[in-house]
Amino acid sequence: MKHAILAVIVLIGVAWLGSLVGLDPVFGMVFPYVALAIFLGGFTYRILNWAKSPVPFRIPTTSGQGKSLDWVKQDKLDCPATFWQTVGRMLLEVFAFRSLFKNTKAEIHDGPKLVYGSSKWLWLFGLAFHYTFLIIVLRHLRLFLNPVPGIIGQIEFFDGLFQVGVPVLYQTDIIFVGAVTYLFLRRVLIPQVKYISFAADYFPLFLIFGIAVTGILMRYIFRVDVVSIKQLTMGLATFSPSIPANIGSIFYIHLFLVCVLLAYFPFSKLMHLGGVFLSPTRNLANNNRMVRHVNPWNDPSIKPHSYADYEDEFRQFMADADIPLEKELPPEPEPEPEPAAEETEKPAADAAAETPAEKE
Amino acid sequence: MYDGKLIIPGLLIFLVLMISPILFNGLDAGPVPKPEKPVGVTKCVKSAQYMRTSHMKVLDDWRDETLRDGDRTPVEIDGVKYEKSLMNGCLKCHTDKKKFCDECHVYTSVKPYCWDCHYVPKETF
Ligand code: HEC
Ligand code: HEC
Ligand code: HEC
Repeated sequence: MKHAILAVIVLIGVAWLGSLVGLDPVFGMVFPYVALAIFLGGFTYRILNWAKSPVPFRIPTTSGQGKSLDWVKQDKLDCPATFWQTVGRMLLEVFAFRSLFKNTKAEIHDGPKLVYGSSKWLWLFGLAFHYTFLIIVLRHLRLFLNPVPGIIGQIEFFDGLFQVGVPVLYQTDIIFVGAVTYLFLRRVLIPQVKYISFAADYFPLFLIFGIAVTGILMRYIFRVDVVSIKQLTMGLATFSPSIPANIGSIFYIHLFLVCVLLAYFPFSKLMHLGGVFLSPTRNLANNNRMVRHVNPWNDPSIKPHSYADYEDEFRQFMADADIPLEKELPPEPEPEPEPAAEETEKPAADAAAETPAEKE
Repeated sequence: MYDGKLIIPGLLIFLVLMISPILFNGLDAGPVPKPEKPVGVTKCVKSAQYMRTSHMKVLDDWRDETLRDGDRTPVEIDGVKYEKSLMNGCLKCHTDKKKFCDECHVYTSVKPYCWDCHYVPKETF
């Protein structure tokens, strides 16, 4: 955790110093493109890499009644058996975080007795975090589109519905910071979660927190020249970057942290943005008993070998070794005195294959 | 590559969404707002740079001073007294809201709700 905090502080310091010594063009024109390139390239690489992993067998988590006999009611969303049922499950997962909703917590009560209860806080704050993040990102499109489509204005209007203060306070800013704070406190206050938390868990939280705080400072406290900033961002979005005068350091800090987030994204846990769509425990239909799934790496020249075939092949040896057989040897006219010599494997197998049992 | 017929379109949709602002603008940054300078005066309430970033703060302070504290002492700019007022102060010098305030606000998609109640002197309602 210390290292993660330190890293974010250093990043802030770098951007601050950079803008003080006149490196604005680097922070305002070079890093954004580099970051975007790393983000898009890295994201594509990770997805394609995942796509190369075969998924030979269906391993969905079955959290409901699977498809069975007609009179057993199937839980279609929690144990989907068809493509469209799986689509339904994925939509719930992606848009409503259904698996977090099913979180439970275990507690030991007097007795000692183990008690499981539902635990919805992570789901609630996780949902709040992601949706406010989405709205904030959409709102930022006002800086990247010219003319600004009406829908962006609508989002801003509803976000500032309570018309608190000038410039109006966006609800999402408050909810977002609150949710990030919860996600952080959860990691430090719950011992079990703290135990499994590493720098890679804290760093994105601090980074995102830093981005949110610098953004909020820019809007409500220091106030920046948004018109000049939009000239910069429009320059970026049209590949004609320029650095207007009079943009404060705080903006470059904000922008640099965003660049770091973008560049860091594909190589971190944040890749769950793409990963959620590729989770085999979610996105596979539970149809192992209806469809035969073949390992894609199987050598096609190796044919399936059923137990019946196996027994046919080795019946004689099995009988000699007193291994129980499903199908007994055909009654032999004369018992062979010296049977199980290793060298006679081939003829014995051939003999077994010729037994009448095979014809059944 | 497995399930490529689902993954590839999904990835393409994502990438297109990510660069959609670039596609939307079509490499044209569009016009830059040029708010009309008031004629006959040279100074604003505060320095021009401060006004660019914080004119809403000035308005907010004025509103609180006049309505909450009852302090309506006029502000003096270059020896001329101006009312601490949106319509009768700012718009005395910045006479054309459309060519001044709206110029920037449309560019940055800002829609101050002030005009729900306050009206612009020139306009009839
Ligand atoms: C130089 C461009 C510019 C001019 C000229 C300008 N504004 Fe603004 N104004 C802005 C920007 C940019 C914002 C949004 C700041 C933000 O989003 O943080 C803003 C925000 C505001 C807000 C707060 C909006 C909100 O969301 O609550 C008010 C009120 C406001 N302006 C009033 C005026 C008035 C009145 C005038 C004309 C006398 C005017 N402005 C002229 C650029 C300008
Ligand atoms: C005395 C007349 C006067 C009054 C009253 C006045 N302004 Fe100004 N304002 C000016 C002048 C002149 C400028 C241009 C200053 C310059 O460019 O140096 C200006 C500049 C501005 C700018 C920056 C525009 C730009 O292009 O950078 C904003 C924003 C602004 N004023 C808003 C307001 C608001 C809001 C009010 C009311 C709170 C107000 N002004 C009251 C005269 C006035
Ligand atoms: C609900 C209607 C309403 C809205 C919305 C509104 N005002 Fe007002 N405002 C008033 C009224 C009523 C007064 C009192 C007028 C008076 O007593 O002179 C007033 C007075 C003011 C005054 C001081 C006196 C004057 O004549 O201007 C300022 C400055 C002001 N408002 C700024 C704002 C700003 C900035 C906004 C937008 C962020 C805003 N107002 C939005 C109703 C409103």
